[in-house]
Amino acid sequence: MAERLLLRCRDIPALRRLDVYLQNGGYEATRKALTQYTPEQLIEMVKASNLRGRGGAGFPTGMKWSFLPKQTAKPVYLAVNADESEPGTFKDREIIEDDPHQLLEGIIITAFAIRCHTAYIYIRGEFAHGAQVLEDAVAQARHAGFLGSNILGTGFDLEVWVHRGAGAYICGEETGLIESLEGKRAYPRIKPPFPATHGLFGCPTIVNNVETLACVPHIVARGADWFRGIGPEKSPGPKLFCVSGHVVRPGTYELPMGTPLREIIYTHAGGIPGGRKLKAVIPGGASMPVFTPEEIDVPMDMDSVQKAGSFLGSAGIMVMDDTVCMVWTLLVLERFFHHESCGQCTPCREGTGWLEKVLRRLEYGDGSGTPRDVDLLLNIAGNMMGTTICALSDAAAMPTRAFVTKYRAEFEQHATRGRCPFRPAPEPARAHG
Amino acid sequence: MPTVEIDGRRVEVPDGETIIQAAERLGVEIPHYCWHPGLPIAGNCRMCLVDIEKSPKLQIACNTRVTDGMVVHTTSEKTHAAQRAVLEFLLINHPIDCPVCDQAGECKLQEYYMDYDRQRSRVPLPQKVHKKKAKPIGPLVILDQERCILCSRCVRFVDEVTHTSELAFYQRGDHVDLDVAPGKVLDNKYSGNVVDICPVGALTNRDFRFHARVWYLERTPSVCGACANGCNIEIYHREGRIFRFQPRKNPDVNQYWMCDAGRMSYRDLQGEGRLQFPFLRGGAEFSRATWEGALGQVAGRLADLTRGNGAGGIGIIASAQASNEELFLLRRLASRLEAKLTGIAWSPPDADHDAFLIKADKNPNTRGLAQQGIAQGAGELLTAASRGELRALVLYRADVTHWCDEIAARAALERVPFLVVLDSHQRESVEYADAILPVATYAESDGTFTNHAGRVQRFQAAVAPPAEVRPGWQVLGGLLALVAGETSPVGAEQTFAALAEESAAFRGLSFATLGETGVASLAPS
Repeated sequence: MAERLLLRCRDIPALRRLDVYLQNGGYEATRKALTQYTPEQLIEMVKASNLRGRGGAGFPTGMKWSFLPKQTAKPVYLAVNADESEPGTFKDREIIEDDPHQLLEGIIITAFAIRCHTAYIYIRGEFAHGAQVLEDAVAQARHAGFLGSNILGTGFDLEVWVHRGAGAYICGEETGLIESLEGKRAYPRIKPPFPATHGLFGCPTIVNNVETLACVPHIVARGADWFRGIGPEKSPGPKLFCVSGHVVRPGTYELPMGTPLREIIYTHAGGIPGGRKLKAVIPGGASMPVFTPEEIDVPMDMDSVQKAGSFLGSAGIMVMDDTVCMVWTLLVLERFFHHESCGQCTPCREGTGWLEKVLRRLEYGDGSGTPRDVDLLLNIAGNMMGTTICALSDAAAMPTRAFVTKYRAEFEQHATRGRCPFRPAPEPARAHG
Repeated sequence: MPTVEIDGRRVEVPDGETIIQAAERLGVEIPHYCWHPGLPIAGNCRMCLVDIEKSPKLQIACNTRVTDGMVVHTTSEKTHAAQRAVLEFLLINHPIDCPVCDQAGECKLQEYYMDYDRQRSRVPLPQKVHKKKAKPIGPLVILDQERCILCSRCVRFVDEVTHTSELAFYQRGDHVDLDVAPGKVLDNKYSGNVVDICPVGALTNRDFRFHARVWYLERTPSVCGACANGCNIEIYHREGRIFRFQPRKNPDVNQYWMCDAGRMSYRDLQGEGRLQFPFLRGGAEFSRATWEGALGQVAGRLADLTRGNGAGGIGIIASAQASNEELFLLRRLASRLEAKLTGIAWSPPDADHDAFLIKADKNPNTRGLAQQGIAQGAGELLTAASRGELRALVLYRADVTHWCDEIAARAALERVPFLVVLDSHQRESVEYADAILPVATYAESDGTFTNHAGRVQRFQAAVAPPAEVRPGWQVLGGLLALVAGETSPVGAEQTFAALAEESAAFRGLSFATLGETGVASLAPS
């Protein structure tokens, strides 16, 4: 598969305009879905495609849709997770800004399949431009009859609302997102019950990532078999990989699921600049365990990466060369989680703060560090795993465990010396005041 | 009805019950902060994580429903490790305030630390997060943000119980602040309850602040006498001084709560304004009497009046502040004296009330009057007195000049030849009295009140009556002995037993059956 589908916008200028989109086969998949299939058939189709969520959790999308109650007097909602906040991830942004109608098609087809008539796109507040592009696209689509009442004369009604966030990573957690949509603090909810039964306003709700929904029109257009045939069967499809850090060509790459990590880094992204050597690479966004250079032959699909000890997550590939201090890097990551912890549960609220403090003193030395700090990091992380309402605590704990375990010598050097043994990089500001 | 096994013991529970509730039935304590049986579940403190067989991760006991055959271990090493971890996390930023914190001695952080943790701190003191301390947020409550463990009990209380939403969380992560909403003050009528439910010293009572270390205080179960709701309380006291009221759980009356007015009503029970000694009038002056002397005089005069003229000469006004036992003895006295016994239950015309606990009737025993058939006719009796139709008037806990028409009342008190005032506090009527007999408050003697719904509840003596004050049943028994030569039951319990035997409303009841939470009685009026 060499053609770009999800990133067609790179080959077709101004694809965000409805007239250009229509000229390039736009809304044909929507027409096909709404006129040739029943909602149940569409759910079965997406199930058969083995499409898995591209937001980070990788849950089978069709299965999630099938958790909706078969009979309900309540309205069903679709919440599009456009909160893209996982560090190292920037794929949804491109779809939103440059191919919004692809996303809208995914929304319309999905809404039809799950019998939803109101969809909300929750877009992170920082994407001011993207929100405007989406608003324009929704207006254009509505004007042309692809949204609103009696879409394409099928009798299906759907309204799409664009809702901007206000700068919190935790709003990307599906129940945090729902709380925020309801106008409350984004405190994730205890699960069960899951959004499919008790979601937005207490009604059945599906929350799907932007890239996930962008795959849906292609599945309808070319079939579940086609989709399932790209990459490994249990984790198939075209995938957007975000490559950042020490590479010649950082950016987003559309490649089949299962492309080896080595190929992505060295072939597509051009390898490490300046002749330097690879030291570490995070495969799936800041929350996922880091890989050493020995581990990069892993195929980049959800099951292979999991087998190798990490997660594909949001496919935010962060490449680090040998000038990078691993302690400093972990400090930057943990500072992020400390800043973003909502504060609801004890282990995450206190643990993220503690991790940042320990790492800060390991790196910059304030006299309070001890050699026991390295094991302390592991101990704190261990107490943060599996004990909280949402996964942010695990997201903060996993990188800690992976970094300390795989680069232990470097951490111990810092602990013994009392500060960073390399020329320390500039100190990141404290997470809170 | 699923059966669950907790620490090797099985119990069958109703559908939908959680592990923490099932454990309570077995008397197994699962440590927790954010859970409270009177509030919606939050599940955020993570202290109640327990080990469930076949579950790979620990689960919170407060939100996990029991399924049939579930096996739970609350003392396994996994559970203990989680408890220690959560306690350590809570203590990272918690200020070392114990020496100056009112909560010490009833603090769940202290308790659980001693029971489940006891490890040294691994965080240097200067690195703790600092927030606002000693910030008054309402008339009754003062906030220390650093001590707050963000359990959200108080937020849920003002959202779901009082629906006033004065409190909320602001900011994120370990910098979250509990605070009042901008421009708001925590001044709803139940604000004191947030102090009770706060597991730590973040929210404390301004009235009680720094007054006493709680481990020196005794606790006596009782009921609040400030209105007809009869909220169950605990009286905290030491060496004769009452320090505070706190609500006591009663699912049928007040659940876990009490109003601020009732909470603060302890202050009226002691101090200045109390009658302390028996007094007899000699001419224009009062002179202090012994109980023997005073009772003798009063009984003698009343008995004379009865023998002299037959019915109609003596009036007794008993208020709804009197206990059921006192009313029973007053009825006997009235019968022996052939006196007219009438009742009064007065409340301020604009008395506060709501749909929750606060009743407009500010008397604890109005129903008790009705149950013993004492009609509310104080006004007529006073009119009769002012017309000179009464030879003697006995006021029992009745502040008539304040509660009835002032002019008429004063006229009555002036006119009546022999006035006996039995009360706990000084009233204007005392100035007109010929005999003053001080009786104890409900905090100083045993007895029962019947609340607005007909529920009979015990109150118990917490402190001894001051000076030479005596319990009402004792004084009335003494009068009965002198007036009619009869022996009355000794003590409130026996008096109640006599009342139960004779009265349909109290049939079958006893102090034993009333227990600590009372019993709904039969037809009230």
